[in-house]
Amino acid sequence: MSSDRHRHRRLRSSHTALAAHGEPWVWLTAGCLAVAIAMIGGLLALITARGAATFWPVPLELVTAADGRRFLAEVAEREPARPETTESPGQSERLLLRTAAFAETGNHFEWIALSDVGRVSRPEWATVVERLEGGRLHGTPSRMLHGEQVVAEGPAAVWAAFEREHPAARRRWRQAMRLDRVDRGRLQQKLRAARLAVVAARLESGPGSAAESAAATREQQVQAEADGATRSLDARTAALRAENDGWIVEFETAAGGTTAVPLDGIVRAWQPNRLGWLGKLGVYGSRWGEFLADDPREANSAGGVFPAIWGTVVMTLIMALLVAPFGVLAALYLREYASSGPITAAIRVAINNLAGVPSIVYGAFGLGFFCYGLGAGIDELFFKSSLVADSQPVFGTGGLLWASLTLALLTLPVVIVATEEALSAVPNSMREGSYACGAGKWQTIRRIVLPRALPGIMTGLILAMARGAGEVAPLMLVGVKKLALDLPVDGTFPFIHAEREFMHLAYLIYDVGFQSPNSQAAQPMVFTITFLLVAIIAALNLAAIWLRARLRRRYVAQTF
Amino acid sequence: MQAATDPNRQGKASAEAPPSDRLLAVAQGFEVDSEVHPSVAAEQPVLEIDRFNLWYGGKQALHRITMSIPHGKVTALVGPSGCGKSTLLRSVNRLNDLVQNVRITGDMRLNGDSIYDPRMDVIDLRKRMGMVFQKPNPFPMSIYENVVYALRIDGEGNRGVLDEVCEISLRGAALWDEVKDRLQDSALGLSGGQQQRLCIARAIAAEPEVLLLDEPCSALDPIATGKVEDLIQELRGRYSVLMVTHNMQQASRTSDYTAFMYLGRLIEYGGTTDIFTKPVLRETEAYVTGRFG
Repeated sequence: MSSDRHRHRRLRSSHTALAAHGEPWVWLTAGCLAVAIAMIGGLLALITARGAATFWPVPLELVTAADGRRFLAEVAEREPARPETTESPGQSERLLLRTAAFAETGNHFEWIALSDVGRVSRPEWATVVERLEGGRLHGTPSRMLHGEQVVAEGPAAVWAAFEREHPAARRRWRQAMRLDRVDRGRLQQKLRAARLAVVAARLESGPGSAAESAAATREQQVQAEADGATRSLDARTAALRAENDGWIVEFETAAGGTTAVPLDGIVRAWQPNRLGWLGKLGVYGSRWGEFLADDPREANSAGGVFPAIWGTVVMTLIMALLVAPFGVLAALYLREYASSGPITAAIRVAINNLAGVPSIVYGAFGLGFFCYGLGAGIDELFFKSSLVADSQPVFGTGGLLWASLTLALLTLPVVIVATEEALSAVPNSMREGSYACGAGKWQTIRRIVLPRALPGIMTGLILAMARGAGEVAPLMLVGVKKLALDLPVDGTFPFIHAEREFMHLAYLIYDVGFQSPNSQAAQPMVFTITFLLVAIIAALNLAAIWLRARLRRRYVAQTF
Repeated sequence: MQAATDPNRQGKASAEAPPSDRLLAVAQGFEVDSEVHPSVAAEQPVLEIDRFNLWYGGKQALHRITMSIPHGKVTALVGPSGCGKSTLLRSVNRLNDLVQNVRITGDMRLNGDSIYDPRMDVIDLRKRMGMVFQKPNPFPMSIYENVVYALRIDGEGNRGVLDEVCEISLRGAALWDEVKDRLQDSALGLSGGQQQRLCIARAIAAEPEVLLLDEPCSALDPIATGKVEDLIQELRGRYSVLMVTHNMQQASRTSDYTAFMYLGRLIEYGGTTDIFTKPVLRETEAYVTGRFG
C-alpha cells in the first residue's frame, strides 16, 4: 500500500463483486430457513387437519355396486387406482368405503372401483351406531323392543324413542360401571391389605404367633364386612342392570340383515344425513368430550385417552421436578466450584456425550437399575408381604416413578449444559460486586447468580420437557402399558401412586397405529392422538415460557 | 516487560548504572525508589501497604509497593494502562484471591490489622470495605435491596434498620431525591449514572473503613461523571477513599493525594496540588501534563 498506483493495480474490477454484497448468502440462509419452516409447518398442518377432522360426522352413502352388493358407508378415501392391483385394467379411480359391516363381510372397510359403483344415494334415516362391543354399525333403525313388547316401529318413531330412552339407560349403565370399578375396587384393596397384614405378621413374628392370629381375626372381620358390602353392591348393580335389560334397538343393514343392539350398549348414535351444521357440531363436540375424558375401548381404537393424558402430563411434570434440582446443582458445581482443569473438561465432554446415547439404552438401564435393582430392594424392605403372598412386585417392576427417573436421567445432560451456559452468561462483575460487599460464595450464588441465570435454566428445562414428553422407546421398558385404567393419581391414600404402571400418549400412537387389529379405523385416531400429544407438549412449553418471561422481566430486563 | 520479571537482571542492575530517567530505568528492569512526599507521612494512615509484590503466574504485576493511605482523605492512583493501579486496588480487599495463579508477598494493614494474615477472614475483611467498579454493576433486584445487600447477607432483618440505612446511604450517594418514590423498582431500570451512584450507596451502606473506587466514571457520560465527581468531593472527610482514575483532571479536581504508578512501581506520591504543580520528578510532570503516557 505504498502508493495509489499500486493499490489500483491490485483491484481488478471497478464494480463491486456479488460476493461483497452478500446477497447470495442472504438468499441461501433465508432459503434454508424457509425450507425448515415449510417442513415443520406442513407437518403441524397435516397433524392438525387430520387430527381435528377425525370426529366430524361424514354423510353416509348407500352405494349399490354393479354386482348387486350394497354398502351403507362413509367414503374414507378416493385415490387413483393402479392397474396392476385392480382386476379390470383401465380403472381411473377407486373408493375406500367405511362399511362397518364386519359381522356380515368380515371387513370394516371395502375398496371399490369407481366404475363398479352403480347407484349412490343418501338415505335420510341412515344411522351411525357406536357400540360398546363390536365396533361401529351402519344401518337404519327399524324397531325398538322392551322385552317382548314393541315400543316403536319405523325409523322416525324408533329414533324418537331412542332419543327419549337412551340417556337414562346410559346413565344407569355408567352408575353400575362405577359401582363395579370404584366401590368394588376399594373393597378388593381392603381385603388385600388385610390378607397382606396376616402374611406380614407371620413373616415378622413367625407362624402361629399371637400377632398372626390377631391379624387373621381382623382379616375375617374385614372379609365379613366385605361380604356384606358386596351383597349390597350386587343388589344395586343388579337393579340398575335389570332396568336396562330387555331394551333393544334393531337396525336394518344395507345388506338386508337385521342387527339387534342392547340400548345401553350404544355409546352414541347419529344420523349424519339429517344433521344440520349445528347438529354436526354437537356430535363433534360430544365425540371430542369422550376422547378427552373417557377410558379407551376396543383395544384402544375407540373411546377416550384420558388415562394416557394423565400419564403423560404427570410423568413429564415428575420428570421435570426430578431433573431440575439434579441438573442445576451438578451444573452449579461444575461452573462455580470446580477448578478448571483436565478432569472438569473430561466431565464436560462426558456429559455432552451422554446426550447422544440412544434412548433405548436409558430404558434398559432404567429397567435393570431402577426396577430390578432399586425397586426390588424397596420391595424386599417394605413390601415383603406382597412378594410372599402373591409374588407380586410393587416397586420391583415398571412404574411411573421409575419411568420418570429414567427420563430424568435421559434429559439430565440437556439441563446441565443449558444451566452451565446460563451460569457463564452471568457477568463476572456481578459476582465481584457481591464478593466486595462481603458476601460468601453460596450467598453470591443464591442471591445474585441463580436469579439472574434462572431464565436460561428454564430454557434448558423446557427443552428437556419437550424431549422427555415425546420419548417412547425407554418407556416401553420401564412402565408404560397398553392399558392401565388405574390412574397414578387418585383419591385413595397416598394419592400419588408412583409405583403404578401407566399409559402414555406417545406409546398409544405406536400401539393404536401399528398393533391394532382394525388399523384402517385406527388411523384417524393416530392423527388425533398425535395432535393431542403435540398440543399437550406445546401447552407445557407455553406454561414454562410464560414463567420464563416473568422471571426474565424480574431479574434480567430493564424494568419489572 | 519480560526483563522486569527476570531475576537475573537484578545483577545487571547493580553492575551497570541505571539511566537517570526513572521510567526508562524501570522499563529496562532496574529497581527504583519511590518518591514519597513528607506531607503523606504526616497524615494518620487508614491503610498501610508494606513492600507488596504480586505475580499473575510468572508475570510480576506489582513491585514492592509501599505507601500509606491517609484517613478521611481522597487518594487517587494514576498511571498509564496496565501499570497495576486496579490490581493494587483489588489486592486491598483481596478480590485477587478469586483469580487463579496469583501469588503475593508483603502485606497490607487496615487500621493495623494485617489483611494477608492467614487467620484473617476474607468475608469479614470485605465487610469493612466498600468497592465500586468501572462498569456500574447493580444486582438484579430492587433499588432498596441493592442498597441494603451488605446488611442482608450479614443477616440483618429488622425493617426499621434497613429502611434507615437505605435512606442514609442513598442520601449519602446523592440519589435519594431521584429514587425515593420507586425504591421497589428494579435497579436495572436506572440510568448509567444513577446506577453508579447506587453502587456507591451500596458500598457505603455498611459504613466501610475504606472506600475503593475503580475508575468509577470511565463508563459514564460527562454529566453523570460530573455528578459522581461532586459526590466524591462530598464523601471526603467522612470516608477514606482510594480511587483509580485515568483522568488527570478528575484526579486533580477530586483528590487530596495522588500516587503516580508505572509498570507496577510506585513512582511518586504526594499531595495532589504538589504532584500537579511542582512534582519532584520530571517524569511525573511529563505524565500529569500529558507529554507522556
